[in-house]
Amino acid sequence: MAVVALFVFSLLYLTPGDPAAVIAGDAATSEDIKRIRAGLGLDEPFLVRFGGWVWALMHGDLGVSIFTNLPVTHLIGQRVEPTLALTLCTLLISVLVAVPLGVIAAARAGSWTDRAVMAFSVLGFSLPVFVFAYILISVFSIELGWLPVQGYRNFGENSFWDWLRHLILPSIALGTVYIALIARMTRASMLDVLAQDYIRTAQAKGLAPVPVLVGHALKNAAIPIMTIIGIGIALLISGAIVTETVFAIPGIGRLTVDAILRRDYPVIQGVTLLFSAIYVVINLMVDLSYMLFDPRIRY
Amino acid sequence: MNRRIRIFAAACIAATAGLALWAPANAQQKVLKFIPQADLRILDPIATTAYITRNHGYMVYDTLFAMDEKFQVKPQMVDKVETSKDLLTYTFTLRDGLKFHDGAPVRSADCIASIDRWGKRDALGQKLAESTESWTAVNDMTFRLKLKKPFPLALEALAKPSSNVPFIMPERIAKTDPFKNIEDPTGSGPFRMVKAEWVPGNKVIYVKNTDYVPRKEPASWASGGKVVKVDRVEWIYIPDSAIAAAALNAGEADWWEQMPPDLIPLLTKNKDITVKNIDPLGSMGMMRFNFLHPPFNNPKMRQALLYAVNQQDYVIGIAGDPKNGKPCYSYYTCGTPLASEISAEPLKGARNFEKAKQLIKESGYKGERIVIIDATDQPIVHAQSLLTLDMLKKLGLNAEVQAGDWGTLITRRAVKEPVEKGGWSIFHTWLVGPDMVNPAVNFPIRGTGDKAWFGWPTDTKIEELREAWFNASDAAASKKAASAVQQRAFEFVPFIPTGQFILPTAFRSNISGVIIAPIAFLWNIEKK
Repeated sequence: MAVVALFVFSLLYLTPGDPAAVIAGDAATSEDIKRIRAGLGLDEPFLVRFGGWVWALMHGDLGVSIFTNLPVTHLIGQRVEPTLALTLCTLLISVLVAVPLGVIAAARAGSWTDRAVMAFSVLGFSLPVFVFAYILISVFSIELGWLPVQGYRNFGENSFWDWLRHLILPSIALGTVYIALIARMTRASMLDVLAQDYIRTAQAKGLAPVPVLVGHALKNAAIPIMTIIGIGIALLISGAIVTETVFAIPGIGRLTVDAILRRDYPVIQGVTLLFSAIYVVINLMVDLSYMLFDPRIRY
Repeated sequence: MNRRIRIFAAACIAATAGLALWAPANAQQKVLKFIPQADLRILDPIATTAYITRNHGYMVYDTLFAMDEKFQVKPQMVDKVETSKDLLTYTFTLRDGLKFHDGAPVRSADCIASIDRWGKRDALGQKLAESTESWTAVNDMTFRLKLKKPFPLALEALAKPSSNVPFIMPERIAKTDPFKNIEDPTGSGPFRMVKAEWVPGNKVIYVKNTDYVPRKEPASWASGGKVVKVDRVEWIYIPDSAIAAAALNAGEADWWEQMPPDLIPLLTKNKDITVKNIDPLGSMGMMRFNFLHPPFNNPKMRQALLYAVNQQDYVIGIAGDPKNGKPCYSYYTCGTPLASEISAEPLKGARNFEKAKQLIKESGYKGERIVIIDATDQPIVHAQSLLTLDMLKKLGLNAEVQAGDWGTLITRRAVKEPVEKGGWSIFHTWLVGPDMVNPAVNFPIRGTGDKAWFGWPTDTKIEELREAWFNASDAAASKKAASAVQQRAFEFVPFIPTGQFILPTAFRSNISGVIIAPIAFLWNIEKK
């Protein structure tokens, strides 16, 4: 985390762009910008600024947005729920769709079902999120009028259905790549396990196909699948930036993009630290989850 | 089915139904959903000239005076104004019943502090401040402006319609350093901002200020009765134009302030949507030079480009359709009193590349690199940059576009170094019509060197002519003096106007009362 903090701060210091110029507006003069820079402390040396930021960070203070004057923690707090809801919804849809698809494809390897699942996977990988999002909006929002075009409702703000319907299209758009990834990985992992002797033994003992697939094969194929789900969450967060922009969802992704475009340094730094913390936690959780699926693994 | 499973399923259904039926308490409110031109990030209309912040200012603040559609200054918060015979003293009396959103009455001290802060940032405000001897409060309702010398534009300055607008704030807020952003949006305007619901980058919420006392006159631009006919206004920022169009089509928004011209056909297909030009002045595109370095430190090079710029191309490039713009061969917004085509011959008529090449030769151009800085995330800037590059190439100049985003452009244009050290030669931008109506507000025309706008031209002659315009005693003298400024501008070429264009607005048929004005005002709007 400390390395990330130093890296992000240095990168922003070197990146062209000046928030004072953005604040001042198009009609401002160089003199105006200079005064605003001084007021924001942006004309101070690198070490002074970095030291101040680290000191505040150690006291739990991520700083204040240069533009809105709102604390970065407040801005992040406003955006956590939409991103969390979108990510969880996507994760749920993806796992519920992708794992069965992968298992079925593996069980019927070489059949038309298998080929159809693999074709879907290639399509899912190839189709950019924003293109698929526009297609979904065009069909389900504009032509059929079933679901909203954009926006997000906080949980409890309106009805439960109103909250959910704002998440359906974004989750499907964002989840396609993820479904493709997990389905492929599940299929590959299952094929590997299905070739094992103990599966043959289970089948020879007369166990039905479903208990063999779910009870014996899937459980033993779970570790690579869990790994890819963990890695996929990183994909989800980067994909959420595009999805949130297209569907006008006020999540962390859009906060990041807006902050970068305006050079709102405290917000960029705060969000990057948050992302790196999330990655660390997810990796830890994935590593710990291995113990659940394989009792031989101990830390 | 197992009994436990049945009980669990029943509980789930009951919970879902309960959540689905739960509805908000404010469902009966009239809510206007408005897609603004940009995202509101800065709440201080004095600290920034950003148009979105100016528009926010019109929601929450009021002004002492305002300009109407005939360019006449009308009292707004002021009830009456008395002017001394020697034109050195103005005594203002406020209207009864003016209150800030926190319930405090608007006092003379608030007005004086607000004008003082504005006068430290705005160019016209600074000009007024130069002529001011004192602002004094006679009592809470009456205050006085004493001038050192007559300043015929005093009331016009206080009625300035575009950035920076002299909005009136509570004294405690107006005392803030004008170079520091204010955080408190308390004003006395027709709407009150609900800051707790503000999600920067997504939505801004305003509610009707029930204490606001509108004037009796009909609304005309920013003047007249600001009668609010909805309970709540939601500014919903949608960064993607296609999605904004879809949201309007689907009825998720009522009004889209400014739409790109390529989406007009999509929206006009919907009979429930009106696409309209409500801005009588439009905006003016411009090509700005760097006067510190070759080749555009040479007036002949700048004059050469006057003969090559084809405004019609720029208008189509920016606005897509000739119906959404027109050439404007003036340094003032066409359609306003001071606009004329005096000395505009090099810019109008058939383009004369031979003459341009001759002037380039006379300038002694030695093949210096010309760097056009571009912002690809700003379609108006990007279209102009590409057209200029094409034109410069046709003239045989060593030109290139260096593309980035708007944030990079506005930083880089402040660099005074030559192009080899990260500097620039040309950038493009645009200003709304009210920002170019006269020499006072038209800041790119100025020639004050280091203190001038980016490009830093030095031209004492244009400054003298501008000063003479300030001292013009009547409309005829004002027009004559403004023409002299323009004549000099076509010689010195501080920038090249690239045409006048309008970005239309679109609203649904349940909306009425849209005010025809250069700014989208949200009072007077009814929603069925």
